[in-house]
Amino acid sequence: MEALLSILNAEFLAASIRLATPLLFATLGGILCERSGVINIGLEGMMLVGALMGVFGSWYLNSPTLGFLVGVLSGALVALLHGFVCISLRSNQIVSGVAINLIAIGLTSFLIRIVFGLADQQRIVPHFNSYPFPVLGQIPFIGPAFFNQLTLVYIAFLMVPVSWFILFKSRWGLAITAAGEHPKSAASVGIDPQFVRHVCVVLSGAFAGAGGAFLSLGQLHFFQDEMVAGRGFIALAAVIFGRWNPVGGMIACLIFGAADALQFRGQAVGMGIPHQFMLMLPYALTLAILIIAGGKSKAPAAIGIPFRR
Amino acid sequence: MKETEGPGNLFATLLPQAGASLLAIFLAMTVGGVLIAIAGVNPYEAYSAMLQGAFGSQFAIANFLTRTTPLIFTGLAVAFAFRCNLLNIGAEGQLYMGGLAAVLVGVYVTGLSALFHIALAIAAASLAGAAWGGLAGLLKTTRGINEIISTIMLNFIAIFFVSFLIQGPIAEPPGFFHQTALIEETARLPKLMPRSDLSVAIFLAVFLAVALSFVLWRTPFGMKLRSVGLAPETARFSGISTNKYLFGAMAISGGAAGLAGGSEILGHQYRMLDFFSPGYGFDGIAVAFLGRSDPIGVVFAAMLFAALRVGANQMQRETGLPSSLVLVIQGLVVLFILAAELRRWLRERAVSKGKEA
Repeated sequence: MEALLSILNAEFLAASIRLATPLLFATLGGILCERSGVINIGLEGMMLVGALMGVFGSWYLNSPTLGFLVGVLSGALVALLHGFVCISLRSNQIVSGVAINLIAIGLTSFLIRIVFGLADQQRIVPHFNSYPFPVLGQIPFIGPAFFNQLTLVYIAFLMVPVSWFILFKSRWGLAITAAGEHPKSAASVGIDPQFVRHVCVVLSGAFAGAGGAFLSLGQLHFFQDEMVAGRGFIALAAVIFGRWNPVGGMIACLIFGAADALQFRGQAVGMGIPHQFMLMLPYALTLAILIIAGGKSKAPAAIGIPFRR
Repeated sequence: MKETEGPGNLFATLLPQAGASLLAIFLAMTVGGVLIAIAGVNPYEAYSAMLQGAFGSQFAIANFLTRTTPLIFTGLAVAFAFRCNLLNIGAEGQLYMGGLAAVLVGVYVTGLSALFHIALAIAAASLAGAAWGGLAGLLKTTRGINEIISTIMLNFIAIFFVSFLIQGPIAEPPGFFHQTALIEETARLPKLMPRSDLSVAIFLAVFLAVALSFVLWRTPFGMKLRSVGLAPETARFSGISTNKYLFGAMAISGGAAGLAGGSEILGHQYRMLDFFSPGYGFDGIAVAFLGRSDPIGVVFAAMLFAALRVGANQMQRETGLPSSLVLVIQGLVVLFILAAELRRWLRERAVSKGKEA
């Protein structure tokens, strides 16, 4: 108990929020995509591509901000491919995602060696630094915990109300939900479900790319093979845990981020809980929620089913 | 993935499909060749190094067949479930559970004759995998949880649970290395070639492919299982208990994946290392797809994937190209098969354009 209390401090909260951020980006993307009726198993690969292209962009344009944008765009570009295969061609969404993950792991590891060279593949590139808020950052405990983060962290959390508003309070949100719940009726009132899905899938790739670029430019400062390390799948869990709602997704990401932070720290101070159980937590919790709530309760009805006129 | 008719319809469906698969492989290798050329290496040299690495010597071939074995098992796992319209993304987790059961029986059960010890370890591996896969089936039939979601979750739960055991309770020697003790000599599968990793597990894999093919196409069980996959409503109205077949398909699928883990441990690894599978379960999805969810097709698809992986190491040694290139080729093969729908898409577009004009 003492060991547990000793790690629950401002630094721990700050770490939880930082670790939740890349998950949050990808989760928001996953929510958009799944609400429109498309499963995106390829989030992991899109994050990886975003991480690599972010590093390239930042190095060659000498600006982390531009690098981040390159990461976002490249994630969106990969998603465009996913969309083409499973919306336009109506091929299997899961298999397409699996293929994208394979290609992303291979291509990023290939490109980093070809572009930066074998000896210099972990080159440190221009990266983001934390931005302490002028006044809020000075408040004891709350300042270091919440207001001494990277700018991107604030942006990620700002995207939560933005995407909540778009999904639940705007006409676009209505179209997205219609495309995911009942594409046939959507089409009958003049919404093009295929177009809506394309837009959502591309946006999900952009979000995933942002999450990846955050990892490389905000945390690691270089690219490493398979550095996303399953976060795309944790994001998929967070989408379900959060019941396809951006606010729920954010709560899920904060819990999973805290588990991750606890895992690092618990290992350091020799806390009783094996760190593998912390790594397992996002998946176990999500499965538990599914078992309690039942699988069908909130998932978009037409998810995974290609739309044909 | 598409449901196709069985071996009876060889010329009508299977041959064109094999042709499409070969075309996809050719296109993916071509794109790979372009990447190799961009990296400043002669594609011909890179690909011949790859061929050398996979088939250039007796040991290369033994190595290639060793790599093929787990991919056949996981490919069969995904393909079999898909015949019941279930997407088992969880072969990786089922593989870990199978490997765990095999190593537990191999290490802690002693004093048996080789025949019994091996049989017991293999049975344990397939049962553990079947239990983990069957759990996803049960969650689907009782709680309506999509198997795609549940198997992703169950994968990571299994992987981290096994990792916990290997780093803790069953670590040997305790506390230092992330590995278990070696399994008893009596639990080890006979080698096919001295000083190589190749064991009789490859025969078990091919036998399972033939057996599952027989079950799917020549037994009432397989017929009903496929009909549940093709048209669940019709199957239900004709009196088939669909839940039974959904559960059965997931359990058998998990059992095949469990054998992938078991054969790795009993065949040549002999102990379990932390994270001992390089993603055979996930590769199984691509293998099943390339093999068109046909057990025999899976065997050939597994051979291709294994040859690429084994050959890649040789390519890396000789040309300095990163071996990860083959992952791109593998992914592209799958993507190009998915893009076979492209022709239909173009045709539909042409038709709708015609209407507008």
